[in-house]
Amino acid sequence: MSNGLKQQAFQVRYGLGAVVAVVASLAVGVLVDPNLTFRVSYAVSFVVLAAVGLAIIFGIMGVINLAHGEFILLGAYATTLSAVKGGLPLPLAMGVGALVTALFGLTVERVVISGFVPNWIGRRTVGRDLITPFYDRLADSMVATFGLSLIMTQGARIVFGNSIEQIGVPFGSTAGYPDYRIALVGVAAGVLALVYVLFTQTTFGTRVRATMQDEETAKALGVDTERVYMVTFAIGSGLAGFTGALFAPLLSMQPTLGDQFLVEAFVAVVVGGASVVVGTSLSGLLLGPVDALFSDQFGEFAGRIALLFAAMLALRFLPGGITGVVDRVRDRIEEGS
Amino acid sequence: MSDAESKRLDPNVRQTAAEKATGDRTDTLLRTDGLVKTFGGFTATDEIDFGVDEGELRCLIGPNGAGKSTLLKLITGTLTPTDGRIYYDGHDITGLAPNERVGRGISMKFQVPSVYGDLTVRENARLPVQQFADGEERRRLVAESIEAAGLAGCEEVPASSLSHGQQQQLEISMVASLEPDLLLLDEPVAGLSVEERSEIADRVTRLNDEEGIAFVVIEHDTDFVAEIADKVTVLHEGDIFREGSTEEIESDPAIQRIYLGTDGDSGGDRR
Repeated sequence: MSNGLKQQAFQVRYGLGAVVAVVASLAVGVLVDPNLTFRVSYAVSFVVLAAVGLAIIFGIMGVINLAHGEFILLGAYATTLSAVKGGLPLPLAMGVGALVTALFGLTVERVVISGFVPNWIGRRTVGRDLITPFYDRLADSMVATFGLSLIMTQGARIVFGNSIEQIGVPFGSTAGYPDYRIALVGVAAGVLALVYVLFTQTTFGTRVRATMQDEETAKALGVDTERVYMVTFAIGSGLAGFTGALFAPLLSMQPTLGDQFLVEAFVAVVVGGASVVVGTSLSGLLLGPVDALFSDQFGEFAGRIALLFAAMLALRFLPGGITGVVDRVRDRIEEGS
Repeated sequence: MSDAESKRLDPNVRQTAAEKATGDRTDTLLRTDGLVKTFGGFTATDEIDFGVDEGELRCLIGPNGAGKSTLLKLITGTLTPTDGRIYYDGHDITGLAPNERVGRGISMKFQVPSVYGDLTVRENARLPVQQFADGEERRRLVAESIEAAGLAGCEEVPASSLSHGQQQQLEISMVASLEPDLLLLDEPVAGLSVEERSEIADRVTRLNDEEGIAFVVIEHDTDFVAEIADKVTVLHEGDIFREGSTEEIESDPAIQRIYLGTDGDSGGDRR
């Protein structure tokens, strides 16, 4: 069997195996202690949904978006205002939340991250570019997006005040646990599946992976890498906005709402490693239960401390993140077969 | 009568600089006009006026640091010139992005094999084709590209597991599948065996003869240059030192001297 077919077989066999194992664990958990199973599953989906947009932007563009929490805030606010003030049905309002954030992300990418707009102005006024793009400049992108996060938080406070009216939580409950939170587990799995298909099974995904690996060659092959970066940032932002939209009914609508997501998202991306889908899903499966179980026993603050402690341990023993471990295991299996 | 024909017959219509350089009154495909590239205080190309005719197979030689790779990167748009203009097929392309130049018909294969190791042979071959074709046409072009590289049957193999020569063949297939009018190759046979070098020479001359693609090939291998070149340009210290047939260049003692470094300072690495 060729290496490529082996790799595909590995992905199918072990990917399906992992999905079956997770579903079986959930089924057993629901039979033994449904409430605890739902709480843990929700915690996993929270980490996954919080991290996926950040993981895409970091993994593909090498940009650490410290305004990620505020992008989630924007999605949550746009959804809430569309539903409460605009009277839109919740699913439609959620679509608006994701779309508004994607368009905002597109603007941020053109103005701040790529510097396209200031450079266009600079070339016509002073005859030169004004900004070097922030791609693969981790520290610089952190500083720029941290400034953006401050502006967004204070902007939200100035425009909307310290809080806005909240949407009610839809659906009822099962075993004393809200059905809406259970539904979010399925949504998180669906989002990961969509991201996987988008980046591995489409021509856009091939362009993205080519740009990630070698931008210069991608350009020489006719790939519009500027467009790839622009669309990728918009997708990552849109997913952050969608996360905000999904959690809008569950959270207090305050300008600091994004802070609740940023730590989990950041830790999950660092622990997950380079692969968006494998890294994010497995770090969610590792960190979510830690957060849920410690929060359950000792309170939310202890849960967050435990999460950070687990991340420190993971990074101490898995310097390449979970993706690095998966790659090593795969290589060993392939060498052995 | 077409607009172009009426213009040609009207003595009052003046040519633009671009038309004068490469327009339809000449068969010049590419021309650079006073192309300068500096890196800090270092001048990599110094007012180079370089031209390539349609269907020509030009080789570019010169000692390390002569500015060969810099010139190719300026033509593809990977580097932005400090001064000067680049004209292609009657148009000034100096301000165009690399992917826009690919759309105009300029492709380049870099010195180091740049196939995507993590992608399969099929995915690599599909990447350029998907820029302009889809459906059945895309599948056909991808299959032809893989076949032309001699890799039929290896479609699902990751490109990283191919030999160096196979990677070079795949990459030439990838850039050729963009259907360019001008293909720039940077040291395509470096590190290859004699057989592999011969296969690349056959491939390049076939693409030139059968599909009329013009080539600019940077190469140090003089046998390879003698085998394929219509004309040779020698670069030295960022400028054109000589141009002529392979025989003229080989018999020029001044060129021997610059390669041996006895013609003044041959400079550092200008790439």
